[in-house]
Amino acid sequence: MSLPKASELPIGAVIPEPGSTRRNKTAGWRTLKPVIHDDRCVRCQLCWLYCPEGTIVEIKGVFKVNGKTYDTKYEINYDYCKGCGICANECPTKAIEMVPEAP
Amino acid sequence: MKVYYKTLKDLPREELFAPGHRMCAGCGAAIAMRWITKTIGPNAVIANATGCVEVTTTPYPETAWMHPYIHVAFENSAAVASGVEAAIKTLKKKGRWDAGDTKVVVIAGDGGTYDIGLQSLSGMLERRHGILYILYDNEAYMNTGIQRSGSTPKYAWTTTTPVGTALRGKVQWKKDIMGIVMAHRVPYAATASVAYILDMVNKIKTALDYTEEGPTFLHIFAPCVPGWRYPENKTVEIARLAVETGYFPLYEWDHGKLKLNPPSNNHLDKSKRKPLKEYLKLQGRFAHLTEQEIAEIEKELDAYWEYLGKLTQL
Amino acid sequence: MMQKTKLVEALTGNYAAAYAVKASDVDVIAVYPITPQTTIVEKLSEFVANGELNAELIHVESEHSALSAVVGASAAGARVFTATSSQGLELAHEILHIASAMRLPIVMAVPARALSAPISIHNDYGDVMNAKDTGWIIYIAASAQEVYDTIIQAYRVAETANLPAMVAYDGFLMSHTVEPVELNDEEEVRKFLPRPLRPYTLNPKRPVTMGPLASPDWYYEFKYQQATALREAYKVVKEVDALYGEKFGRSYGVVETYRMEDADYAIVTYGGAAYGNAKAAADMARERGIAAGVVRIRLYRPFPTMDVLRALEGVKAFAVLDRAIMFGSPAEGPLYKDIATVMFMHGVDKPAVNIIHGIGQRTMYVEDMYKIYTMLKERPSKEVVFMGVRI
Repeated sequence: MSLPKASELPIGAVIPEPGSTRRNKTAGWRTLKPVIHDDRCVRCQLCWLYCPEGTIVEIKGVFKVNGKTYDTKYEINYDYCKGCGICANECPTKAIEMVPEAP
Repeated sequence: MKVYYKTLKDLPREELFAPGHRMCAGCGAAIAMRWITKTIGPNAVIANATGCVEVTTTPYPETAWMHPYIHVAFENSAAVASGVEAAIKTLKKKGRWDAGDTKVVVIAGDGGTYDIGLQSLSGMLERRHGILYILYDNEAYMNTGIQRSGSTPKYAWTTTTPVGTALRGKVQWKKDIMGIVMAHRVPYAATASVAYILDMVNKIKTALDYTEEGPTFLHIFAPCVPGWRYPENKTVEIARLAVETGYFPLYEWDHGKLKLNPPSNNHLDKSKRKPLKEYLKLQGRFAHLTEQEIAEIEKELDAYWEYLGKLTQL
Repeated sequence: MMQKTKLVEALTGNYAAAYAVKASDVDVIAVYPITPQTTIVEKLSEFVANGELNAELIHVESEHSALSAVVGASAAGARVFTATSSQGLELAHEILHIASAMRLPIVMAVPARALSAPISIHNDYGDVMNAKDTGWIIYIAASAQEVYDTIIQAYRVAETANLPAMVAYDGFLMSHTVEPVELNDEEEVRKFLPRPLRPYTLNPKRPVTMGPLASPDWYYEFKYQQATALREAYKVVKEVDALYGEKFGRSYGVVETYRMEDADYAIVTYGGAAYGNAKAAADMARERGIAAGVVRIRLYRPFPTMDVLRALEGVKAFAVLDRAIMFGSPAEGPLYKDIATVMFMHGVDKPAVNIIHGIGQRTMYVEDMYKIYTMLKERPSKEVVFMGVRI
């Protein structure tokens, strides 16, 4: 794959596409991977709040967990998770487990 | 502060900071960037100083920024922002600005604010530009590999203040940047920590609002995994302990009145603060501290709290 | 269409610059004082205070911030101006490179002043020459009228080429001396300077990232873009100058010649004082039977190679009169170095002397310049001569 020529690039090194780092999946960075055990999750939102990558997504719907009904669920977008483990460290019910990334 | 968001459920959901950037796993500044960009909303221009954030978020041809963004150099983010603000003002007057009420926000690290950037910050504050200046403080020149800055705390290990027999980490105390900013009599300045997101977000929005009156300033405490030497899952915990031990108090300077925010509002009483050791022992950059040195730091912290206490009486 | 009424004012070079900026519908001006440019920004402040100029003044706290502020303002889409000199230009130097690399159409006036140390407030081109390789379009004007006309032209050139432009002229000798300047009708100037569609600006409706980090896989292409843009700016400079001439009746070209049609010996130089004196010296030489002429470089960057070659085609020998010292260079005069390169690359081998003169506003005498012509006639050589210094 050859890179673009000088004449093909925007002038002044301007990057005209906002948010283009999305092309770069940082999944390969991690050695540990967070797994959310939904049955222990009380929807406190702290994992979503603190994730430095913003890669924990809020899903809306109807979720019955342990006899309680919630309207949200939290899921990790593993494309960008760097495995820092802040979510697991902050989770008040220890619902997130850091497991070794499969080789 | 004005309370725009009462609970976590009220916080904005749309991500305005793209993943895929090169910031370290567990970076405190990354948490800050996510929430800053969400809170200021899309109608803002960001001027960024050279530093960790700039370099890891704009690797050509990719950018993590969804906002119009400009980086020029290390020491001049406040001057660049002054130009942007003046341009928007004039272009609006001449009917040539089509984006409405666009805000101007500076994002700079402690290197680009305390030291090399102090002059242009002071000039911008003195000229009363309607700019929100956000300092993300990781307490050293992290981007170049952990060198001491005016913001580095005393006794902290950095590569230019190593620990040996002749020197024991940084020699001087951390500079009081909030004091300097407050001396410029700005309408609003506040400290915030990435562990207290609701507090931080309300302060960002309040500060942005007050740019109608003049320059506003936010000092955000952002722990650094490689620089402070701790495992990457502890960032929020350390940012929380910094506040709980009184090391980094949460307060606001609001139109000439200093107000401590929870939980710091209880910490004038030393017995209500957690022991400083709990904060220090988690970080490798303080691993060499002797009991005597810790006592010295505590004494200085007590003096600072006394001073803060007096300021609340203004 | 030529304008009908003539408004002629007695203005210093600096005031001529200020009037040109006023006529050009500038949006943002960064103001910081330094001798000898201060009266430009003072005049502009007066215009704004009187309501004659609708621009935002940013009273920055240093020249580094002055240039940084106009970079920010220009990036946001505003038409901007600032002025500096000597140590101020040096302090801003880091940003000069950035302004041209970010392709921002900034216009800056630089009444040239010698560099410290020792500190000197007087005129030579040490400061401008130290900025010659920063990617800016550089004009060197020789009269207050030319300063006025060139600043207006510079806005159109900068906004067409997407490169910043510097308009330099003699500090004190021109900035503070009064000459008659014919002012254009301001409405006509605005028509001559329509606001172009900028390739990129900071605007939330069309967000872009400016000033990223470029790794070795990318950096070179942007520098190449800059190099070619500056080369191509030559055509833009000539076109705009011709259009300006059609509309306002005055144009200057990129190189000005005096009595060069049949000259055997030439002095090549820049700036008002040197050019004026050289012309008087050429007249003196002519009276004494030496076929003397003068070439003035008006566009210094991008260098007008072919124009210089053509101007010097017929001469037997020439002298390059430089007013700056590039220490440690094979020849210390910056213009001499450029012309030597041109000659070498085009296979022209003629005796050419580098005269270093007027350093720190050391008085340049017409008699001394006349002696250059006799020297060229009697002892043509290729050497550097420091003229006017007590050795």
